[in-house]
Amino acid sequence: MAPTLDKRAGVEPLPQPLTLGPSGFSGGNLPSWGQYAVVAGALAFSAAFLAALGSFSIGLMLALTVLVSCVGVYAWSRAVEGPRRAVDRAVTLSIAAAFGLAMIPLISLLFEVTKRGIPGLSAEFFTGDARGVIGGGGAQHAIVGTLVITGVAVVISVPIGIMAAIYLVEYGRGKLGRALTFFVDVMTGIPSIVAGLFAYALFELFFGPGIRLGVMGSVALSVLMIPIVIRSAEEVLKIVPNHLREASYALGTPKWKTIVKIVLPTAFAGLVTGVMLATARVIGETAPLLVTTGVIDSLNTDPFEGRMQNLAVFAYSEYRSPGVNKQEAYDLAWAAALTLIAIVMVLSIVARLVYRRYKTEIR
Amino acid sequence: MEQFDTTTNAGQILAAASGGRRRAGDRIFSNLATVSAVTILLLLAGVAAFLFAEGLPAITAGADELPGGQSFVDYVAPLAFGTVLAAALASILAVPLAVAVALFITHIAPPKVALTLGYLVDLLAAVPSIVYGLWGIFVLGPAAVPVMQWLEENLGFIPFFEGPASATGRTMFVVGLVLAVMILPIVSAIAREAFSQTPRKLQEGAQALGATRWEMIRITVLPFGRSSIISGAMLGLGRALGETMAVTIILSVSGIVTFNLIGQSNPSTIAANIALDFPESSGLAINLLIATGLVLFAITLATNFLARWVISRQMTE
Repeated sequence: MAPTLDKRAGVEPLPQPLTLGPSGFSGGNLPSWGQYAVVAGALAFSAAFLAALGSFSIGLMLALTVLVSCVGVYAWSRAVEGPRRAVDRAVTLSIAAAFGLAMIPLISLLFEVTKRGIPGLSAEFFTGDARGVIGGGGAQHAIVGTLVITGVAVVISVPIGIMAAIYLVEYGRGKLGRALTFFVDVMTGIPSIVAGLFAYALFELFFGPGIRLGVMGSVALSVLMIPIVIRSAEEVLKIVPNHLREASYALGTPKWKTIVKIVLPTAFAGLVTGVMLATARVIGETAPLLVTTGVIDSLNTDPFEGRMQNLAVFAYSEYRSPGVNKQEAYDLAWAAALTLIAIVMVLSIVARLVYRRYKTEIR
Repeated sequence: MEQFDTTTNAGQILAAASGGRRRAGDRIFSNLATVSAVTILLLLAGVAAFLFAEGLPAITAGADELPGGQSFVDYVAPLAFGTVLAAALASILAVPLAVAVALFITHIAPPKVALTLGYLVDLLAAVPSIVYGLWGIFVLGPAAVPVMQWLEENLGFIPFFEGPASATGRTMFVVGLVLAVMILPIVSAIAREAFSQTPRKLQEGAQALGATRWEMIRITVLPFGRSSIISGAMLGLGRALGETMAVTIILSVSGIVTFNLIGQSNPSTIAANIALDFPESSGLAINLLIATGLVLFAITLATNFLARWVISRQMTE
């Protein structure tokens, strides 16, 4: 019986009848520390080998370690456990190594941004602007600009996004609902620079060419933010159980009041989390703001009047036109990058904590 | 008994009970929701319409009127080539890695830490693109120089690695690497979703027949997730096509068309070209850039349409 099933599954016949338990289907078994020993041995071998060649580098050593340990584990396991488990072990090891490879950029990025960003952080960074300063200066105008532009974007996106999600979950079952679902998905793929160009084209029609306003940036960010808000809001509204709605209707409550008093409060923590994650996604956008809010050296808090600086564009322009004192400008660019990353990380971590702490337990 | 849609049904019964007409509050609220829904569709249509309206003057203008003295098609073609080349390179690098990452999180890592690992991968998506740009030019670029030199020396016969290798790291190769890191979380999130939904009975059945974990993954999880991997790859491709700042900062561009990935002069991309030129442009040059933006919008829209279509077709199966 076993061989026929094996043929259907596309694997080789078992070398001998199945035995129960983790000790598998071949005589032997690697000791539980076997794989780790091979990896450690491979690491030592790679380090020694490269040092002997005189071309030592950490990247090369790790790559060689992965290669050697895959081969090593396969060879040992094949000898002891048979070819099928040998393949299994080698593949498992390579997949784990691939995950490690994917984590390297994240670790390197966080490390470098912290290391290079800290020298540029000073009291002046948070309190001064860059007006009339040659080299150095602060980024207060950029920080305030980021908060204002993103704040206005949130004010535009959240009501319209949540109402649209309510439409999808509570009302929309016809053509409009299906079209909305599909086009919201398509909208999440709009490139950010295209959103910026759209905002520019829209405002240019009314205010003439060359227009730059803080609120144009907010409109561009809203185009990017609305689909994310709808998706997450739809997700949490859907899991509000129907029996809550039915209980409310049974008491004679109108539908709109049921939504406002029952559905939204039940989903509240999820809605807040979704909005925070969407904010984190757009707060670091550069390209759409580059073409809509412009570059300016001094503080401007009025989104409806004049150009407005923000952290991402600030980092870009410090890098692009560093002026006389290059290092100082690069320090400022990295400090702005670090501030942005910190804001994004805090937003995403707090968002998840809010959800864990305040979510309504639904049975 | 028929399966009733309880929510709307209860509302209708209620409306009937209160004399057959809907209360004012209900009417206002449902209209508000409908208006929001329609607004969003209008917004998407507006994006296309405004880009078209502002781009049209450049599309219809003659070659001698446009800033570079080239016709619109001649202007946009090398940019479109660069855009597709960078995005394709990024997808080729990112997709296998993303599938491995998704498999690791869903099937190999201990379930207790899997959630945290997934969160770490998502963090990659949260990093702003300007930070990727700075990291690419200051950290990854210099680190990639010896790799590119090695590629030129040993694989120089392949047109992609023809060289001469750049000494600064401002190449298409580095852009592809950075874009790959940026799209990895999206591709892997979609693959993860599908892998974790593989029916348990299939997986357990395979293991009960004596399959090892890898054999189980190969015969149940991967076939089940195949169309998700395809659509995830296309969504990632769409993201890479439109990515702006990382390319703007890293790539050293000239208007040429070349497959050489490691040289000093590279084709620019549509998005990077807009970000570089827009702040200093005026008049018809602005219209020209907006018209290229329209082309980018069309390319990404087509990619996304296709990806979503693959997903929706697979959901109905």
